[in-house]
Amino acid sequence: MDALLQFLFSGLTVGAVYALVALGFTLIYNASDVVNFAQGEFVMLGGMITVFAYQAGVPLLLAATLAILITAALGVALNKLAIEPARGAPVVSLIIITIGASILIRGATQLIFDKQLHRFPAFSGDDPIRVMGATILPQSLWVLGGALAVFAVLWVFFSRTLTGKAVLATANNRVAAQLVGINTGWIMTLSFGLSAAIGAFAGVLVTPITLVSYDVGVTLALKGFAAAMLGGMGTPKGALVGGLLLGCLEALTAGYLSSQYKEAVAFIVILGTLFVMPQGLFGAKTTERV
Amino acid sequence: MLTVEGVRSCYGRIEVLHGIDLEVRTGEIVTVVGANGAGKTTLLKCLSGTQPISDGTITFCGESFAAVPAHKRLSHGLAQSPEGRQIFTNLSVEENLRLGAFLYADDRVQSDMDDAFAMFPILKEKRNLAAGGLSGGQQQMLAIARALMGRPQCLLLDEPSMGLAPLLVAQIFDVVKSLKARDVTVLLVEQNAFGALKIADRGYVMETGRITIQGHAPDLIADPRIREAYLGI
Repeated sequence: MDALLQFLFSGLTVGAVYALVALGFTLIYNASDVVNFAQGEFVMLGGMITVFAYQAGVPLLLAATLAILITAALGVALNKLAIEPARGAPVVSLIIITIGASILIRGATQLIFDKQLHRFPAFSGDDPIRVMGATILPQSLWVLGGALAVFAVLWVFFSRTLTGKAVLATANNRVAAQLVGINTGWIMTLSFGLSAAIGAFAGVLVTPITLVSYDVGVTLALKGFAAAMLGGMGTPKGALVGGLLLGCLEALTAGYLSSQYKEAVAFIVILGTLFVMPQGLFGAKTTERV
Repeated sequence: MLTVEGVRSCYGRIEVLHGIDLEVRTGEIVTVVGANGAGKTTLLKCLSGTQPISDGTITFCGESFAAVPAHKRLSHGLAQSPEGRQIFTNLSVEENLRLGAFLYADDRVQSDMDDAFAMFPILKEKRNLAAGGLSGGQQQMLAIARALMGRPQCLLLDEPSMGLAPLLVAQIFDVVKSLKARDVTVLLVEQNAFGALKIADRGYVMETGRITIQGHAPDLIADPRIREAYLGI
């Protein structure tokens, strides 16, 4: 029982990060139908930039803010420099562009920073908290709380603000969105900036636990993608549930079977989802009259 | 109000509009009728900016539209209710209407919405339902109401009667006719030539990317060429 709780704690922590990556996928997918495989790199950049700013003597909070802002700017640049000029190209081409961008970002990070593993101190120390026989790191609570806060803010954004509704409208019907006066190009820029910022935020939260190096983004993108598929591509709710579920599945697999199988879980989830319910858990079951 | 001169447009290398000239004066209801594939929808897309033109000029209220992108044309006073309705299917009826007034954040938004509900009471009943679940006629009403929320001086209507039951067609045409009293100028594109010409002031007949006949609507209804080709009389 203690073991189960312990596995769930670690599963939820990792799952919260997957959920944030999946949310990044979802935002860009909704605005442009593109699956942005550079999403994992945003998480890595959040961690890396914070690490190096912190080592250079910048206070941690400021370093983290800086990392999130710089990454958001890079997300906007990715849209402006790579996606927008290729407008009108098939979605598959755009997806390949994002894969290229992810390779470029990894390479540049290697050159500008280095290839080592890094971390910075946890926000509230490293003394584990005991809960019913299991332990949880204070940083895990930061990760979970941070993820939930992001989802809450986004929920308010989409359901209560006109700009949020304009994003949903653009996702639903780009031409009609233009006809009511929505600048859909700007909505795409906003989505890329927001996704990058959310990714970087996840990187800032999780680096004290999992450490960061230039190549952690690849796995994260894959896991986040699996989480988004499981929850249903395009729904923030699906991203949250899919992420947490995938994290727990991984932790339980590692705990009860063997940690060697852990990495396979994401692949099995992708395949299983595609075979059994391609829409995912919360994917839109389109009921439309024509 | 709206002047179109020599407009040409292509899909890839195939030209579908071969130099269209057309005028809509303030306060008029003008209709463009023609068979499926004549290029009517393409013409409206050119006017709203969602389809590029390769030649010619579009002037709206004395201003050239050449450099005005699609999302800025509504703020100049030109709205389009597109073919196939194109509502936001996963948003509620009310959200669709609110987005129609995306450019505005004043008190008139609410009163405009009340107007829309008065015009189409069924929309008020279904205001909180997803728009994708509405029937075809209700979706058409929503598309028109959403376009009106943008406070247009001129409304482009693309095939509002398409796929609707005859009773609904009559209702939609009544609404279009009533727009005149609201000082909205209308350019109506229709396959249902008889219904459209009956409510219009002037009409243009379009065939394979060209305007072939134009005139006052009553004259066109009486024109034997049109009676034979489009009215089935």
